[in-house]
Amino acid sequence: MPKLTVDDLKKIKEEYKSTFTLREGGYRAKITVHMGTCGIAAGAREVMNALMDEMAKENIKDVIVTNSGCAGFCSREPMATVEMLNHAPVKYQLLNPEKIRRIFKEHVQGGKVVDEFALVAGSETSY
Amino acid sequence: METGYRVNLMICGGTGCIASGSLKVKHALQEELAKRGLEKEVNLVLTGCNGFCAQGPIMTVYPEGIFYEKLKPEDIPVLVEEHFLKGRPVERLMYKEPEKKSTLPVMKDIPFFNLQVLRALRNKGLVDPEKIEEYIARDGYQAAAKVLLEMTPEQIIKEVKESGLRGRGGAGFPTGLKWELCNRVPGELKYILCNGDEGDPGAFMDRSVMEADPHVVLEGMIIGAKAIGASKGYIYVRAEYPLAVQRLQLAIDQARAYGLLGENILGSGFNLDIEIYQGAGAFVCGEETALMRSLEGKRGMPIPRPPFPAVQGLWKKPTVLNNVETYANIPPLILHGAQWFRSLGTEKSTGTKVFALTGAVNNIGLIEVPMGIPLRKVIYDIGGGIRKGKKFKAVQLGGPSGGCIPENLLDTPVTYEDIVQTGAIVGSGGMVVIDDSNCMVSVAKFFLEFTTDESCGKCPPCRIGTKVLHDKLVDITEGRGQPGDIELLQDLCGDVINCSLCGLGQTAPNPILSTIRYFRDEYESHIHDKWCKAGVCRTLTTFYVDPETCKGCGACARVCPQKAISGERKKPHEINQELCVKCRSCYETCKFGALKIGPGRLRGELIARAREKELKGVEQA
Ligand SMILES: Cc1cc2nc3c(=O)[nH]c(=O)nc-3n(C[C@H](O)[C@H](O)[C@H](O)COP(=O)(O)O)c2cc1C
Repeated sequence: MPKLTVDDLKKIKEEYKSTFTLREGGYRAKITVHMGTCGIAAGAREVMNALMDEMAKENIKDVIVTNSGCAGFCSREPMATVEMLNHAPVKYQLLNPEKIRRIFKEHVQGGKVVDEFALVAGSETSY
Repeated sequence: METGYRVNLMICGGTGCIASGSLKVKHALQEELAKRGLEKEVNLVLTGCNGFCAQGPIMTVYPEGIFYEKLKPEDIPVLVEEHFLKGRPVERLMYKEPEKKSTLPVMKDIPFFNLQVLRALRNKGLVDPEKIEEYIARDGYQAAAKVLLEMTPEQIIKEVKESGLRGRGGAGFPTGLKWELCNRVPGELKYILCNGDEGDPGAFMDRSVMEADPHVVLEGMIIGAKAIGASKGYIYVRAEYPLAVQRLQLAIDQARAYGLLGENILGSGFNLDIEIYQGAGAFVCGEETALMRSLEGKRGMPIPRPPFPAVQGLWKKPTVLNNVETYANIPPLILHGAQWFRSLGTEKSTGTKVFALTGAVNNIGLIEVPMGIPLRKVIYDIGGGIRKGKKFKAVQLGGPSGGCIPENLLDTPVTYEDIVQTGAIVGSGGMVVIDDSNCMVSVAKFFLEFTTDESCGKCPPCRIGTKVLHDKLVDITEGRGQPGDIELLQDLCGDVINCSLCGLGQTAPNPILSTIRYFRDEYESHIHDKWCKAGVCRTLTTFYVDPETCKGCGACARVCPQKAISGERKKPHEINQELCVKCRSCYETCKFGALKIGPGRLRGELIARAREKELKGVEQA
C-alpha cells in the first residue's frame, strides 16, 4: 500500500463515508453488532453468526453488516444497532440468535421496529 | 404466528407465570372461548418465559400487541366478552397504554443516554474497530496531520495546557505540563508510552476504548510524540485483554501500511513507530516507574522519583507516559481547540470523564459524562437507581486507591478537587455503587486484601503495612476487635501513606480511612458489640425471626437450604440456630421485615434457650 498524503486522507474520508454511512453506497440498512468483550461474553458471536446466516439465506446484498465495540450499556448486551436509510438508528438489547433473526425479518426486511427487543432510538450526543 | 386466526393470544408458560397461575388462566380462557364460540377465531398459545415474571401471569394479544398482566381466572369472562367479542381492550388489566407500548423511547428522552456526552468514546459502537478507513471517515488522523504539518511542538503544548486536560489514569496530572517538561529535556531518543494496564478491580474504561476505537490511541500518541520529540512508542496492555491486544495490533499494522506510523509520516519528515508490550497483569505495573521497568524486561517494581520519567524514564531516556483515555481526548482537542475542550466541565476539571458504572445500580455500563455532574445524577438518572429496591449506602470511587462517599455527600460534583475533599479520588473511573446489604468494614477488607496481594514487596511500609492493616480488619470482622483498634488503624494508615515508595502504598489505606470517616459506627459495633448490622460477617451475626412481625407465610422456611426454619402456617416461625449457616436467604426473602439481624452472641443465647425449652418439655412428659 502506498504511503498516504494529507490529500489521500481526505479522499479516503469521502470514499468511506459513503460505504459506511448508507447514503451514497446504495445501501438501505446497516446492522451493527456490538462486539466488545462484554458483548462477546454475553453471546454476540452467536448473534452475529445467526445474522450472517439469515443474510446468506436471503441472499441480501444491499445491507451492511458490521461489528463495533461496546455500546456502553453492558448490562443489556448483546446489543445491535439497526439503521434504516433515512431513519434514526434503533438499538436492540439482550439479543440471542432467534431475536436477531426476527429483527432481520421484521425490521430490516419488513420495515417495522421490533418493539419487544428495542431499547431506544436515536444517537448519542457527541462532543 | 399462525394464520387463519383473527386474534392470537400468547400466554406466558414460563416457570414464573405458571407459579403465579397462568395455567389456570389458560384453562379459563379455553372454556370461555368455547362458550362464546370463538375457538376458530382466537388462537391460544402457551409461550416461553417473557421475562416480566413479576407481572405474571401475563398475556400478549396480537395483532395489536396489547399486554395484559396479573391475570386471574375471574378476569377472563369479562376480558373475552369485552376484548375478543366486542373488540374493546380492557384497560384495567393492561400493563401499559397500548400507544406507549408501540412508541419506542428516543435517546434524548432516556437519562442513561441524554446525560452523556461522548468525546473519548465518540466512535464507540459506530466504527468497525478493525477498519482504519472507518476511523478516517470519522475525521481520524486529521489531528495528526494538523500537528505534523502545521504545528510546532510548542504550539501543541500550548493548546493542551490551555485546554486544562488532566491525566485520566488516576492522578490527574496536567497533560500539557507533563509534555512541556519532557519537551524541554534535550535528547536524541525519547519515548512515548501508553498505559493500558488498567489494574483497578471492576474498571473497564480503557479496555473498551482500545477495543472499540484502537486508532484513537495511536493518533493521540502520534500527537504526543511530536510534542515531546519521541520517535518510539510502546503501548503497555495487560495480557488479560486479548481482544484489545488483537485490535491494537491490527490497527498498528494498518497504520504502518498506510504510512501513518513509520518514517516520514504523511510526508512531514516525522518518524514514529509503536509497538505493543503485554504485561502479565500486576496492579503495581500500572504505576509509571514500575511499568517502565517491566517494559525493560525487568521485574515490575517502582523506583524513587526524582529523577522523573520526563528526564530519565524508559532505558533512562526522557519518557512520557499517558493513560489510554487521556490519549483518546487529544485528537478532538487538537481539531476543535482548547476553548472547545473547556466548554464542558469546570474551571479546574475540564472536559469529560469516562466511568465504569457497576455494582448495585440498575443500569450497568460504560458512561462518559461532563465533569462537574453531581454524583446523584450519575447514580440515579444514568444508573437508574439502586437495584432490587435496596437502599443506597455508598459509592466507591477510585478503586483500591480511592474511597467511599456516603448518601449525604451525593450532591458532590464529579471534579478532581471536589471528590478529593470527600476522601475519595476521581481515579481512573471505577464507580461501584454499594447498597445497604453491604458491610463497610468488609468493603475496606476487600480492597486491602487486593493491595496486600498486589504490593510488590520492595518497600517495607507497603509490604508489611498493608498486611498488618489487612490482618487487623480480618480480626475486627471475625470478632477479635479490641477497643482502640480504630485509632490504631488510623495511625498505621498514616504511616503507610507517609513512608511508602510509590502510589500503591501511598493510597492503599484510603479505603480504610474513608470508611472510618463515614461509617465509624459500623467499626464500633463490630469491635464493641461484636455485631455486624449488615449481616455480612458471619461470626458477628445471628439471624432470628421477630415473632411480632412474622406472618407465618413460610417463605423463609422454603428457601432455607439447611431446613433450619420451622413453624406452623400463619404462626411465627423460628430458626434452629444450630443448623443455621447464616447464608442470608431467609433475610432476603422475607417481605415483612420479620427477619432480623442480631449480634453474634445472640446465637448462643438462643441455642441455650431452645435447649432449656426442650429439657422442660422432656421433664413435663
Ligand atoms: C499502583 C498504581 C497503579 C496504577 N495503575 C494505572 C493504570 O492501570 N492505568 C493508568 O493509566 N495509570 C495507572 N496509574 C497511574 C500511572 O502511574 C500514571 O500516573 C498514569 O499512567 C499517567 O497517565 P495520565 O497522566 O495520562 O493519567 C497507577 C498508579 C499506581 C500508583
